[in-house]
Amino acid sequence: MELVKLTIDGQEVQVPAGTTVLEAAEQLGIHIPRLCHDPDLTAVGACRLCVVEIEGMRNLPASCVTMATDGMVVRTDTPQIIEARKTILELLIANHPLDCLSCEKLGDCKLAEYCYQYGVKKSPFINPEKHSYEVEDNNPFIIRDLNKCILCGRCIRACAEMTCNDIIDFSYRGFKTKVGPFGDTTLAESDCVYCGNCVAVCPTGALTEKQMQGKGRRWEYKRVKTTCPFCGTGCNFDLMVKDGKIAGVTSNPESVVNGKQLCIKGRFGWDFVHSDKRLTSPLVKVDGKFVPVSWDEAFNTIAKRLGEIKEKYGANAFASLSSARCTNEENYLVQKFVRAVMGTNNVDHCART
Amino acid sequence: MAGLATSFGSGAMTNSINEILGAELLFLIGTNTTEAHPVIGYKMKQAKRKGAKLIVVDPRRTELAAEADYWLQIKPGTDIPLLNAIMHVIIKEDLYDKKFIEERTENFEALKQTVEKYTPEYASELCGVPAEDIYAVARLYAKTDKAGIFYTLGITEHVCGTNNVMSIANLAMLTGHIGRESTGVNPLRGQNNVQGACDMGALPNVYPGYQKVTDPAVREKFEKAWGVSLPAEVGLMIPEMFDRANSGEIKAMYILGENPVLTDPNANHIKSGLEKLEFLVVHELFLTETAQYADVVLPAASFAETDGTFTNTERRVQRVRKAIEPIPGRTNWQTIMEMSTRMGYPMHYNSAEEIFNEMASLTPSYQGMSYARIDKNGLQWPCPTPDHPGTKYLHAAAFTRGKGLFQGIDHIPPAELPDEEYPFLLSTGRILFHYNVTTPYSAGINSIWNEEYAEVNPDDASRLGVTTGDKVKVTSRRGEVTTKVQVTDRVPPGVIWMSFHYTESPTNVLTSAAVDPITKTGEYKVCAVKVEKLN
Ligand code: SF4
Ligand code: SF4
Ligand code: SF4
Ligand code: FES
Repeated sequence: MELVKLTIDGQEVQVPAGTTVLEAAEQLGIHIPRLCHDPDLTAVGACRLCVVEIEGMRNLPASCVTMATDGMVVRTDTPQIIEARKTILELLIANHPLDCLSCEKLGDCKLAEYCYQYGVKKSPFINPEKHSYEVEDNNPFIIRDLNKCILCGRCIRACAEMTCNDIIDFSYRGFKTKVGPFGDTTLAESDCVYCGNCVAVCPTGALTEKQMQGKGRRWEYKRVKTTCPFCGTGCNFDLMVKDGKIAGVTSNPESVVNGKQLCIKGRFGWDFVHSDKRLTSPLVKVDGKFVPVSWDEAFNTIAKRLGEIKEKYGANAFASLSSARCTNEENYLVQKFVRAVMGTNNVDHCART
Repeated sequence: MAGLATSFGSGAMTNSINEILGAELLFLIGTNTTEAHPVIGYKMKQAKRKGAKLIVVDPRRTELAAEADYWLQIKPGTDIPLLNAIMHVIIKEDLYDKKFIEERTENFEALKQTVEKYTPEYASELCGVPAEDIYAVARLYAKTDKAGIFYTLGITEHVCGTNNVMSIANLAMLTGHIGRESTGVNPLRGQNNVQGACDMGALPNVYPGYQKVTDPAVREKFEKAWGVSLPAEVGLMIPEMFDRANSGEIKAMYILGENPVLTDPNANHIKSGLEKLEFLVVHELFLTETAQYADVVLPAASFAETDGTFTNTERRVQRVRKAIEPIPGRTNWQTIMEMSTRMGYPMHYNSAEEIFNEMASLTPSYQGMSYARIDKNGLQWPCPTPDHPGTKYLHAAAFTRGKGLFQGIDHIPPAELPDEEYPFLLSTGRILFHYNVTTPYSAGINSIWNEEYAEVNPDDASRLGVTTGDKVKVTSRRGEVTTKVQVTDRVPPGVIWMSFHYTESPTNVLTSAAVDPITKTGEYKVCAVKVEKLN
């Protein structure tokens, strides 16, 4: 692999040819702010927040689309760059609603984060045009508030490059430019499969998870990385937990199989956990009706009846189904129970294929 | 997975999921991947968009079939004539990998003889795929370097399921398409932990790690580890369990997290078996159809309430982490442990990790794994030692069984085909929004797709006088259900397609009692039905 050596903010770094300046800086621990860039999507160089100074270049190039070359000398934090970034942020918030106090995304919003970092409090533009789009919430999973959209296009690329579904694109021009399904309809009227990958990459509060609305601020959640309980792909994601309850699922980019990609089941199907139909107590059938009993009583009944049946009919009168939905540890214990305790090999599960 | 285990010595997916992105050809047979394994489906589409060729064999025009370079719209249950004809062409045109066959396989002559009579023209009559497509696909597959085959239940849920799988293995070995990056044979396992449940020995013939219960040395190892004497004879598979429940030989069952009344073919047989039991314990999240038959129902903890591991379809063992307290007050492993202790065999585990460690110490393919090692990215088995990096693709230098085994396999027609009285062929499958039994309890998912729609071809619909949304009665020799219809040319004339996710339309009261003689897997995919409009 060909390597190139460049200098960023006075530090030397060696990277494979084809690495962008933004990625090379990351290797030195220098985080260049970015809004339209996502490492899992093609780079488009649209927002220009990632501009840097490169010796020998006249303008400020966007580092997410500029390849590192040998001998390149880069600066990421000159007053000129900082000024440019401030101006970009001021333009972005000029027509952005500043209701951050009650925004679902605050804490995970990149726009707010960078405004904080660069001390951008309000837009210097007087009476800027504001959008008054109606918030779209006519589907069970995704809320679209295009008033908060900064037209970075990440959602469009996620839909096209991750899900390969091409549901959403830009439409109209200039100030009226808008992201949405073909013909400016709603997701509910489109062929959207509700994978939510667009939500996972959106840097602002424009796209949010409906299930999480009003349940908590982003910083209040404990994130617990786990493996999806639905299909054999084995995607990982974070369960968002607050006050002992799950409020939602968000992508965990460090997932080796799936990265940020998930499907409707993994991202939005978790709510069965808190279904009010969950069983909470052991039940014993008395005269054809189930009555709740204590765990102790349930265990006693089981031990007594299984013991009697084994005694009377022998070990092979017992059989057990284990579960392709349960963990390895649970399956291991079931087969151990059947073999070592009940004394038979009559154990199987429903999905051998 | 008996088929692949016979041919290669291991029944698991040979490659890794992310190797799909590097494939030049994806050959999908009997898998509606975008619905059953959505994220794998995305990766297939991503590969296609990067230039990989796509071949899809499916009676139904699935999303990937619509995008395929070749969509072979096969008659349900005729995979073997198609695969044999593809191999016939490859042999006739001298496109097979002689060196690979010579060095890595055995019994090639048997295959050669069997496929001799399957000319594309002859196979075409049986499977309905035009002969020229068979030629084209055979050449494309044989000549492409990095080619992966993918299949799921569409291949295994037939009376000839094991044979179908061995046919696929034949094809891959014939062209040396195995044991390399992005190149192999890949069964996509359905539910989240099918692979793990098999690996853990939730099977009547093997202990964890596919160690045979009939092998005295293995048995001795487990007897020593568990401190008891263990039964030597192979146990019963599910259909046999229910046969013997019906005949009164099985008296008691413990069922953890499965709902066979809804998901097994031939539901009526299951129900009568459960009714005859003297004692049934069901350990479940919900009061399912199966739990209704129980004498004792134990409330289960969900994946979010427990520590543990799942093993995904690419053999990757990954962590499940407890996010909230168990809603019923105890985890499932604690419950099983207590049952065991009360039965006079005390189990003492303080954590799921301790169970994992005991299992790994007894399971060679997991032996090198620990929670610490799998914490971040998991590990793919085989992983025999603590410094082993795990195995990305199988059979690189040799097959698990040594030499790959070719087998001549002839066509066996489905056990039940349409006739005058039952003129439609019913096929079943999964839809994206659901996975078997848990998703109907998700309020969001259920709100957008909450009842069964049987897919009917427009030709048949006009003959039956039905339009989308009408109700029909679907009847087979075993039972009847009512369902709404959706008129669509996704299915060919003469075929009805239904899923089996809904209690209100329990499709599996219709499906056939026939089973694959080796795996006892039910023939969910094909049976004969009649359809009548309801007013
Ligand atoms: S949810 Fe998925 S399919 Fe729908 S618009 Fe977003 S990325 Fe596209
Ligand atoms: S909706 Fe979000 S991701 Fe899409 S363009 Fe707007 S800000 Fe970017
Ligand atoms: S998120 Fe979807 S594709 Fe991934 S494991 Fe879960 S169900 Fe399967
Ligand atoms: S992040 Fe580079 S242009 Fe937007």
